[in-house]
Amino acid sequence: MKLNQLTLKKAIELLDKKEISLDEIYQDIFKVISEKNKILNVYLSIDNHSLEKAKSQKEKPLKGLPIAVKDNFLTIGLPTTASSKVLEGFMSPYESTVTKRLKENGGVVIGKTNMDAWAHGSSTETSDYGPTLNPRNPKYLPGGSSGGSAAAVASDMAIASIGSETAGSIRQPASWCGVVGLKPTYGRVSRYGVIAMGSSLDSPGPITKTVEDAAIILNYIAGDDKNDGTTSKKPVLDYTKNLKKGVKNLKIGICYLDHPKIKNTQAAEAVKKAGKIFEDLGAKVDFILSSQHLQKNKILTHEYAISVYTIVQRGEVSSNLARYDGIRYGNDRSFFGHEAKNRIILGVFTLSNQAKNQEELVYVYAQKVRHLYVKNFQDLFSKYDLLISPTSPSYALPVGATSGDPMFGELQDMLVEPSSLAGICGISVPCFYDEKTNLYLGLNIMGDYFQEEKILQAAFAFEEATNYNSWIKK
Amino acid sequence: MKKISAKTVEYIAKLANIPVTEKEKQELAEGFNKTLEVIDALFKVDVSNILTIYQVTGMENIFREDEIDEEKMLSQDQALANAKRKYQGYFVVDQILAED
Repeated sequence: MKLNQLTLKKAIELLDKKEISLDEIYQDIFKVISEKNKILNVYLSIDNHSLEKAKSQKEKPLKGLPIAVKDNFLTIGLPTTASSKVLEGFMSPYESTVTKRLKENGGVVIGKTNMDAWAHGSSTETSDYGPTLNPRNPKYLPGGSSGGSAAAVASDMAIASIGSETAGSIRQPASWCGVVGLKPTYGRVSRYGVIAMGSSLDSPGPITKTVEDAAIILNYIAGDDKNDGTTSKKPVLDYTKNLKKGVKNLKIGICYLDHPKIKNTQAAEAVKKAGKIFEDLGAKVDFILSSQHLQKNKILTHEYAISVYTIVQRGEVSSNLARYDGIRYGNDRSFFGHEAKNRIILGVFTLSNQAKNQEELVYVYAQKVRHLYVKNFQDLFSKYDLLISPTSPSYALPVGATSGDPMFGELQDMLVEPSSLAGICGISVPCFYDEKTNLYLGLNIMGDYFQEEKILQAAFAFEEATNYNSWIKK
Repeated sequence: MKKISAKTVEYIAKLANIPVTEKEKQELAEGFNKTLEVIDALFKVDVSNILTIYQVTGMENIFREDEIDEEKMLSQDQALANAKRKYQGYFVVDQILAED
């Protein structure tokens, strides 16, 4: 076995026992990078001095292990572009809180990963530096926007990685690449130094080989930050401590399977089976009916979420991307790609007083409908501990699938968008594997606000009980 | 909502300081109208008894003293390091006033 294939947990263990060395790990990591990065286009920049840095981190909890970071996290010493030519060559003078905390705990940022430009997309095809290919099958897309981070993990070009999610951008690429992706509750992980997209939605989080690895990373990146007023002061748990608690007596609701677009898909079938597995593990499992209107005991479907998301996110994008003037750093605004131009201009429109429905501003209207989704999840979490659904309606789509469809991302993310708007947490774990294409489906396990421990416990139990994780040999 | 024309796109693009070509104006207008159809679905929802939400996790406004945080200060060199155009320690910007 090559050492780049180690999980984070195992690598820490073997380094502790001195059975392996950092030199050996980095040698294998750089070997696979030199073989595959040109083809898969995972990293936009690589730190060639990472091994030297790693060696000074040996005594810290993350042991100097190489972690891939999405290119929208500001890092001192490596360029940060958010995959846009506007920021080509930009060297940040300060560090994001997430990468600062990783570094303080012995993580080494080995490189910055490709993404949809400005995180606008669900394919990594809209990157100004070309698409990333899915390491499981390079004819297919890795998903996005954190496609490079998911691909870095799936191809063992890093031991673990960091992504960010606004609506689906951690969980959907994790699902398509057959890895684990955790979207924390909004405010659990600091956004300071993350290139802002939808400020009321953005949630940084880990993309890893296993559920336990996600728990380890979350331990180090979560928590209050004086530089981000939207972070929560709630104490950070040790998410690895009770990981093996299981799902006994938990109430789990299965969502969206009766929706016409989901019904009869392989994803629905896989999630049904997942429900059965949780039942066998001692949980009480129910099917929750979908509804297009807010109704007690039913889950509100994505149709309105897509509209709300489009308005809120485009609005926030237009405001956040106003700062790129090419004066203090970066290139001027003619360097924005098609998708960014599209979103900025639509955002300016949806925030303007031309965008009205009768007398009400469209943005205000959207925030009311967003409230319905919050109420819906509050109602459901008063009865259920966890909600599960497919992460994506499909397997990874072929390269080229996104071109010409301005709503591609939203339709891809339909199953995660309601939960993103509500700000609750969720984790995607592999729940099916297709031998013919070597592609995976993901199970989305959602929990109430700040219930990261519970979703990790359920995801861990599922991983233990099944055979879909390619790093865990049984 | 009413349809967006290429002319409206041009006006908004000017407000947003985004240069667009004639071809892009047309394309953006078409894309917008597709997107607006999706948005229009929203207005079927009755929200007459629903309050607008501005946060989702129970946040409240946080204030701080208006003091200099030296940790977050950049030196002049750092601040200028990424600028494409600079002159004697200043950023250079385009002229915005006419000469006469």
